[in-house]
Amino acid sequence: MLNINGIDIFYGDLQVLWDVSFSVKEKEIVVLIGSNGAGKSTTIKAISSLLTPTKGSIEFNGVRLDHLPPNKIIEHGIVHVPESRRLFTGMSVEENLIMGFLRGESKVKRFETMDYVFELFPKLKERRKQMAGTLSGGEQQMAAIGRGLMSLPKIMMFDEPSLGLAPLLVQEIFEMIKKIKSEGVTILLVEQNVTKTLAMCDRAYVMENGRIILNGTGKELLENKKVKEAFLGI
Amino acid sequence: MNKKNGILVVLGIILLVFPLVVHSDYYQHLIIIAFIWVIIGSSWNLLAGYTGQVSFGHAIFFGIGAYTAGILAMKLGISAWWGMMFGGITAMLIGLFVGWVCFRLRGPYFALATLAGGEIFRLIATNWEALTEGMVGILIMQTFRSKLPYYYIGLALAASCIYVVHLTMKTKWGYYFVSIREDQDAAASLGINIVLYKNISLLISSFFTGMAGAFYMNYMGFIDPEVVFSLHFVSIMAILVGIVGGVATIWGPAVGAFVMVGLQETFRSAFFGLAPKWVSQGHALVFGLLVIFVIMFFANGIVGDWEKIKKIFFKTRETT
Repeated sequence: MLNINGIDIFYGDLQVLWDVSFSVKEKEIVVLIGSNGAGKSTTIKAISSLLTPTKGSIEFNGVRLDHLPPNKIIEHGIVHVPESRRLFTGMSVEENLIMGFLRGESKVKRFETMDYVFELFPKLKERRKQMAGTLSGGEQQMAAIGRGLMSLPKIMMFDEPSLGLAPLLVQEIFEMIKKIKSEGVTILLVEQNVTKTLAMCDRAYVMENGRIILNGTGKELLENKKVKEAFLGI
Repeated sequence: MNKKNGILVVLGIILLVFPLVVHSDYYQHLIIIAFIWVIIGSSWNLLAGYTGQVSFGHAIFFGIGAYTAGILAMKLGISAWWGMMFGGITAMLIGLFVGWVCFRLRGPYFALATLAGGEIFRLIATNWEALTEGMVGILIMQTFRSKLPYYYIGLALAASCIYVVHLTMKTKWGYYFVSIREDQDAAASLGINIVLYKNISLLISSFFTGMAGAFYMNYMGFIDPEVVFSLHFVSIMAILVGIVGGVATIWGPAVGAFVMVGLQETFRSAFFGLAPKWVSQGHALVFGLLVIFVIMFFANGIVGDWEKIKKIFFKTRETT
């Protein structure tokens, strides 16, 4: 479904990704793990076309995505739920959700989808008229996920959805992600919360210093000595 | 009719009747100038307040509008009233160019680029004497000797500008503008062509500012580069009108325009001759202090923070 083939990314003169390749198959949950600065967020920003690779290609269902402008990516059914939510804080929850749909089918079905989002996150329904900036961290994350769902994506990319949330909320967000997956949406997840994500994913890739150093099923990686040492401190 | 609409209707009637009751040319002149500032302020607000692209160069469009009308009238003998339409359109074309260059830059860099752009256009107008007459300026005959026609044209322009901004902000364009202000990357990820919508916002803004410039040409009958391309009297004043009245509010720039024109005149005339003459030099200082005061205490401007202002000033009346 999504193929990343040997991409290099530079911030100015500084190379941050080196020959990164991986793939996500339909209806999988794939996780990118790695410590700070490993290049996880950079990778999904590249898929969103917010960054352009200097080498390699990004393909989604056979369509080249690199070199498309960022606003065209969503039309292919790819949604990016960015790090630290990035909601439109001066708009209400409802307006944020409305911003998430655009044209075609997702526009026709927008009210149905909004009901579905409110069903997933009943708290958002209570706060639909409230400014997004006044929500708590967990609620903002829910709104960001809801906004992503509004375009009826084929694949959703989450950039650290657990960032800065209490353990109980983290659990709740991960349950939601599983639920979204069970509805047929493919998931690409970037996380630092290694134990939890490896337990729930189908496959995972481990990044270090801008390269992919390991890959395997979640279970394999949880057993892997290197992962244990580097991330779990065992 | 709710309270807000009621206030609008009353204000509208007052403005319509004002020149019929107050025959003084002086007061009519002040209000015509305020109308021009309502247009520039509202246009600036659409781009800077709602779309988040803070322009320090609205004098570009004001000056282009004024010069288009002036040059057409002087060189080709086309009525400067036609110039109002052409002035708006030329300002829009220049806006397209400015957007093409400046929207590659974000945040403070966009502001700096427009700041530099304003100076470039002032220098062009000063030095391209064959077209603009340089520092000599352009003088045309005013169509009317009475202020009355100008008053009503200004009022109509200002009202239609506010109405267009209001309408625009109700459509999906308005949502897109605000989302660009709030977070460009997130907006782009949601499929919004941010360069296109920034340009749409700029085009509407430059069109009305250009019309205001051409109207100014018609009304004053004289322009020179130091007046219409002035950083201090146009570009900065546009920002002051927006900030004092209330950024990203429909009525803010209108309120800001009247407050700023009133203040400017109060100082220029040294409190209508009551204060010593040197006071008239102080208006820039007072504008500066006013902006500091507004940003510190009423960051959303007079309209944006009206509830807060009401609480502070009318508290005693409410409690009794």
